[in-house]
Amino acid sequence: MSSSQIEIQLIASLVAVACAIPGVFLVLRKMAMISDAISHAILPGIVVGFFITENLNSPLLIVLAAVTGIITVILVETIQKTGLVKEDTAIGLVFPALFSIGVLMIAKNANDVHLDVDAVLLGELAFAPFDRWMVDGTDLGPRALWIISIIFIITLGLLLSFYKELKLSTFDKGLAASLGFSPVVIHYGLMTVSSVTTVGAFDAVGAILVVALMIAPAAASYLLTDDLKRMLWLSTMFGVISAIGGYWVAHWLDASIAGSITTFLGLIFLGVYLFAPKRGAIAVWYREKQQKTEVSLLTFLLHLKNHTEQAERHINHLQEHINWQKVRAKTVLDLALKNNMITIENGLVTLTQKGEAFTSKAIDYIITNKDAQIEDMKEDFFLFRG
Amino acid sequence: MKEYFDLIISDYTLRTITLGTAVLGAVCGMLGSFAVLRKQSLLGDAISHAALPGIALAFLWTGTKDGHVLLIGALISGLLGTFWIRGIISKTHLKSDTALGLILSIFFGFGMLLLTFIQKMPNANQAGLDKYLFGQAATLVESDVWLMSVIAGLCLLVLILFWKEFKIMLFDPDFTKTIGFNTKVIDILITSFIVLAIVLGLQTVGVVLMSAMLLAPAAAARQWTNRLGVMVLLAAIFGSLSGIVGTAVSAYQNNLSTGPVIVIIASVFVLISFIFSPNRGLLFRQLRFARNRRDLHMHKTLAFMYQIASTHQNISHPHAIKILNKFQGFTRGTLKKLEDKDFVILEGNEWRLTQEGFNVAANLYNQQKKPNE
Repeated sequence: MSSSQIEIQLIASLVAVACAIPGVFLVLRKMAMISDAISHAILPGIVVGFFITENLNSPLLIVLAAVTGIITVILVETIQKTGLVKEDTAIGLVFPALFSIGVLMIAKNANDVHLDVDAVLLGELAFAPFDRWMVDGTDLGPRALWIISIIFIITLGLLLSFYKELKLSTFDKGLAASLGFSPVVIHYGLMTVSSVTTVGAFDAVGAILVVALMIAPAAASYLLTDDLKRMLWLSTMFGVISAIGGYWVAHWLDASIAGSITTFLGLIFLGVYLFAPKRGAIAVWYREKQQKTEVSLLTFLLHLKNHTEQAERHINHLQEHINWQKVRAKTVLDLALKNNMITIENGLVTLTQKGEAFTSKAIDYIITNKDAQIEDMKEDFFLFRG
Repeated sequence: MKEYFDLIISDYTLRTITLGTAVLGAVCGMLGSFAVLRKQSLLGDAISHAALPGIALAFLWTGTKDGHVLLIGALISGLLGTFWIRGIISKTHLKSDTALGLILSIFFGFGMLLLTFIQKMPNANQAGLDKYLFGQAATLVESDVWLMSVIAGLCLLVLILFWKEFKIMLFDPDFTKTIGFNTKVIDILITSFIVLAIVLGLQTVGVVLMSAMLLAPAAAARQWTNRLGVMVLLAAIFGSLSGIVGTAVSAYQNNLSTGPVIVIIASVFVLISFIFSPNRGLLFRQLRFARNRRDLHMHKTLAFMYQIASTHQNISHPHAIKILNKFQGFTRGTLKKLEDKDFVILEGNEWRLTQEGFNVAANLYNQQKKPNE
């Protein structure tokens, strides 16, 4: 590995981590789309900064862009507060308008200078090592590395010092307010950090990757855990893995690093989405199917309990009476047999003692809706686990 | 103005673009109304980003830059993105905003990967694929406009045919299910049309601005009416007006790309609607608030006067205006208004309650007291 390869991976990993931290809170607070809005709406801020300084690397650009990001959030909230449209519509109205203003400002005034919409929006990580920070002729390393390191350290510092407040205001706004820390301050603090991170990161990797890096790791880890701390760790890990993995895929394909990192993130999310043990799509699908069978089982047992006549209990009549398809009837019968709830003799189905007990308990539960009676049933049946 | 109309008739490019953006605006307005009312406003943003890998893959597979082939690619990947978003929302506890942001960024990132990969390919005529990112109305040709018109007509036909179903699904989805309509089919139908409209618009206004095309006309139309039919119609009009005016403005000025101008015009429509619409608009709402506040002040003053007057035998016993100072409801304006209504008589620095004023105040007082009785 050459030094510039190491630098790129370092920058990508730092960006990933710096984005993952605010991303977790955005996802938890149901404000994930704000990051998308900010990443587009900061364009006019950058353009104005560029007109003032005539320099694409000036820190003023970052400051103005971050300010524009916060203005975006305020605008969205103002529109939302009028009650004329819903929140998502407010977001969708604000950022394209701001973005358009940015594009038009570039088109009107910056045609002859080097400022391209795609350059701003898409970013190219591969060039980051060439833009170095020189002080008196000494090479201090890539500028992007410095910017993102500073942002990361500030984010980390804020996270550590306000962890409690963030956690509380995310999960219980009311309690946070009554305990005396203002959710509004925390909210705008988080928005400022997100805005600054977005700006700092998209300078290196482009706007879309920022959104992916903020949301995807948080979303994937949210499917794996409920614990905030673990979620933060997992997101960080997913971010770094895809930063480095994505870099090598891009290297191999000779394609955009940002795109490749995003794709890597997508694959990680797809994997988690499908295979997460409790909340993955497959697990949910299996559970739903199982619950369906169990509901049928319960219906079936209740039917048996209510009917002592032989005709009603004959195995061939089941389909007729409960109107099940053959396959499902068989599954349910098997399940009941396996659990020793019924016996079949000469095609006659009879409830066993266990089956009787089970049915009474279930009826009890259905009538009273009290959990106490069915604690022991939760082990065996999805149905009662809620 | 007249010159411009002449130009539209004589100039092929201008005519095509104007027609194209007008039709696009109308379709987006119609469908956007449903997106806005179903709280799926940002779906447009997500789908327009999600269409990118489809465009790239269609190009990689067929090797042509034929607009319609790319369109089909975009459509498929847009639909795929939409259904994955559905899957995330229904199968996991992730919320819709997370699902949207996730699909949007992941699909777009994957599209970028493919695009850069394509650009590095030898002997590919790949130039121009990236016009889908930012849109270029100038690339519209007549066949595009025809395609848009056909789809607009189809969309209109479906809307008219299934109007009742759409309407009922918007406002009472549970009821729709209980009376036995297959909501899934209706849902898929409207979503597919939204995806189709977005894909059509990509070439004209680009990925980023597409969501505004879908939202802004609908959000503006929503302010003027509470009726779905009127809203859809208004949104279509606002949408096509944005397209026409936007094209005209960008044609008059150098270096103004059409897409952003259209979006800004549409945003202006929204702004005007937010402020000036008669029932929901902010201006009239503020006026109503102000009038209510004034009435409240007046009533407070009157009630206070009534309390003082009722301690005297003669209700028209004069009192100094100064007495009212203790009490906040009183302003010069309210006094004047009370005098205009002949509730009080002002003489120098003194006021007197008239019989009528006393009666009204007594009534007011009764109304206030009633709940406590």
